[in-house]
Amino acid sequence: MSTIAVEVIYRGIFQKTLARNIVRSIVFAARKEGKIGTAFGRYGDSPERNGIPAKQFAIVADNPEELEESMAVYEASEVDVTINVDDTLCKGLESWAWYGLQPINELTKPNGTLIVTSRQTADALVEDIHQKDAPYDLAIVPSTVSFSGLWVYKDDHTDVRLLGALCRVCPQLVSLASMLEVIKDTWDDEVKVASAQRTHDRIATRTVEPGEGNTETPFSFDLPGWTKMEEGLVIRGIEQGGGFRGGEEGYEPIRNSVFKKWSTRSMRPVINFETCIKCTLCWLQCPDTCFDITPDGLYDANMESCCGCGVCEAVCPVPECVTMVSEADFNDNNSQWEMWQKDKDGYNTWMTGLVEKQKSETRTHGYHHLGGYPEQVAATEDD
Amino acid sequence: MTSVQTQPIQQGNEELISGSEAIAIACSLADVDVITAYPIRPYDTVMQYVSKLKADGIFDCDFIVAESEHSQFEIVKHASAVGARTFCGSSGVGWFYAFEAITVTAGLRLPVVAMVGNRALDDPGAFGVEHNDALAVRDLGWMLYWVATAQEALDVALMAWRIAEDPRVFLPFAVSCDGSFLTHSQAIVNVPTQEQVNRFLPPYDRGKLQLHPDNPITIAPQVNEDWLMEIRRQTDEAMQRTAGVIKEVYADFKAEFGRGDPSPFIEEFMTEDAEIILVGMGTLALPTRVAIRRMREEGKKVGFVRVKFFRPFPDEELRETLGNCKAVCVIDRDYSYGSPAFGGVLFHEIRSSLYPLEKRPHVMNFIAGLGGREVRVRDVNQIADAGRKAIDTGKIEQETTWIAVRE
Repeated sequence: MSTIAVEVIYRGIFQKTLARNIVRSIVFAARKEGKIGTAFGRYGDSPERNGIPAKQFAIVADNPEELEESMAVYEASEVDVTINVDDTLCKGLESWAWYGLQPINELTKPNGTLIVTSRQTADALVEDIHQKDAPYDLAIVPSTVSFSGLWVYKDDHTDVRLLGALCRVCPQLVSLASMLEVIKDTWDDEVKVASAQRTHDRIATRTVEPGEGNTETPFSFDLPGWTKMEEGLVIRGIEQGGGFRGGEEGYEPIRNSVFKKWSTRSMRPVINFETCIKCTLCWLQCPDTCFDITPDGLYDANMESCCGCGVCEAVCPVPECVTMVSEADFNDNNSQWEMWQKDKDGYNTWMTGLVEKQKSETRTHGYHHLGGYPEQVAATEDD
Repeated sequence: MTSVQTQPIQQGNEELISGSEAIAIACSLADVDVITAYPIRPYDTVMQYVSKLKADGIFDCDFIVAESEHSQFEIVKHASAVGARTFCGSSGVGWFYAFEAITVTAGLRLPVVAMVGNRALDDPGAFGVEHNDALAVRDLGWMLYWVATAQEALDVALMAWRIAEDPRVFLPFAVSCDGSFLTHSQAIVNVPTQEQVNRFLPPYDRGKLQLHPDNPITIAPQVNEDWLMEIRRQTDEAMQRTAGVIKEVYADFKAEFGRGDPSPFIEEFMTEDAEIILVGMGTLALPTRVAIRRMREEGKKVGFVRVKFFRPFPDEELRETLGNCKAVCVIDRDYSYGSPAFGGVLFHEIRSSLYPLEKRPHVMNFIAGLGGREVRVRDVNQIADAGRKAIDTGKIEQETTWIAVRE
């Protein structure tokens, strides 16, 4: 059997066309070499939600009989290459359609490759990625998160750069020559062909050893059997109540115990508790009720519920009191208020640093930041 | 033994498209006059692609987005009466919302072609494939076909207008496509040329039944008990004629396009010396064939029959193929609550069809893949093993078995 599977992990809607360009080009290139293939998105992700993790697959085989095993499925059982076009998803994916966190490399075969577009170092990414029992290679295509293909967003060649990288890390899939031919056929743009060639020539991989990476057990959820489920399609509501972290003054509502939003967001708010005027607007306006009211009447964004939409930042009347910063800068979901309580100076320095960093860097995720796009294009052009 | 998808795919006019896109392209090639739409997953992928073809100037048709499925099906019904070639479709409860229009379309002998993107019926709301939606028209005078690949979706859609619009038939035709696996998965499809399609598919001519000022007629009257049985019997006769027309059209299709199974009604896979034959519809054929190839390598005499036409039901072909084996394992991606043996719809039809045989095989039922759950190779193995056990012990332990359901 020589079936080869590639998955593209991306943020729903924003990167859908980018992912589609990649998986379709793979099948076209394989076709040029007399192979046959299929391309499909994970049905459970559809209809896609803005920014929610999603997957598309390209599977190629030598003949239709071999391909049959990979058809009429939602996901490949394993993949030779995982391509991740948003590095914050290295923390894992949680679909809107089911519970549980799927590690980014869950389907990556032993000795397979994970390609990530990122400005981070390999070591920083490995810290986020769940460990595996078998080794795999990590390749980084240097890039900010691309929205190429989304309406008016600039074509930054991320699709063809990844295709070039793919031909290098998985030469048994298709030759670079066939891929360049497909790129030429599809876009009729020699510059795009050159981009693919250049990334192919430059891409480097680093082996991630078994046990290396995030050691946390990803959140999972056991589905009940039909004899255990309540009849009549009844879903018990979340009971009322709560206090702050177990009964103190303040209020932390009882939250959904099975649906977390850890990988939904690509940015998260940091709060300046010193300048907060307790106006309640973030708490009122948050569509996910993610703010807990602390005993001292401040508002602590609970990362079990935050989907990273940025409404809190937009409604906060105090400059830089709530600031959206890149999710990539966090390795945990701990309470900011508790951190501030323990060490106010330390917290303030850390928080101000993140806010300043966000100012000086290209916003990693323009969709949270009105007006961020021209800067992002300018930054891409400088590369 | 051959099937559409296992033939070598010709280079040429190839496209990487989903089953829904394949049907939209078939609409364009068939030069459909009136297409109505109302969005519901997974059918909506067809209307999206039709509207794109129209917006791109590739395909000219009257494309009407109705305010509900009921109007959607009413509009094509009327358009068909005045002589327009028509297409529409729906999924799940959307298809059910149109039911009044769906039943009168067959009653009026109007050759509407519809695509059903198979979807589980609500509640609970679910997007995955289940066949109960399309199966609900089984008693109404609609022809009903289940496809397994995007290529077959395109091919059968082209045949559907030719069969439905044949004056010996004049009955509506529903093409059923499994949600997700066909509607949302892209495969390499050979798209025929316009010239080929023009040679194969003549224009729709309703003749003296056409509602037109030059041909003053009234249709859809109210009748009493003096009339109805004769009208029903007429429709019955038309449905009885469909098998002959289908055979003709299929032969012409194979001659023009160079692909197709030996039989238009069923696909046989490794059935010749099979002691156990699995039967199912739609894309569950794919994992089933994979499993059977492996079982054959182990020397197990297992085969598979994919029922393509559910209406007209291929009695003759099934009796011939299944009559020679020892155990028939029917896989239903549907269910009929409270039915005989608490089984699925296909199972009941197959068991009924085989009853007149002098030497009847064991017929067992397996409920699998409901709500779009994947039917896996291990599920197919489990089903074949149950068939083997019935042969070895001489008795069926359990008539209906639910596969891969959490207890």
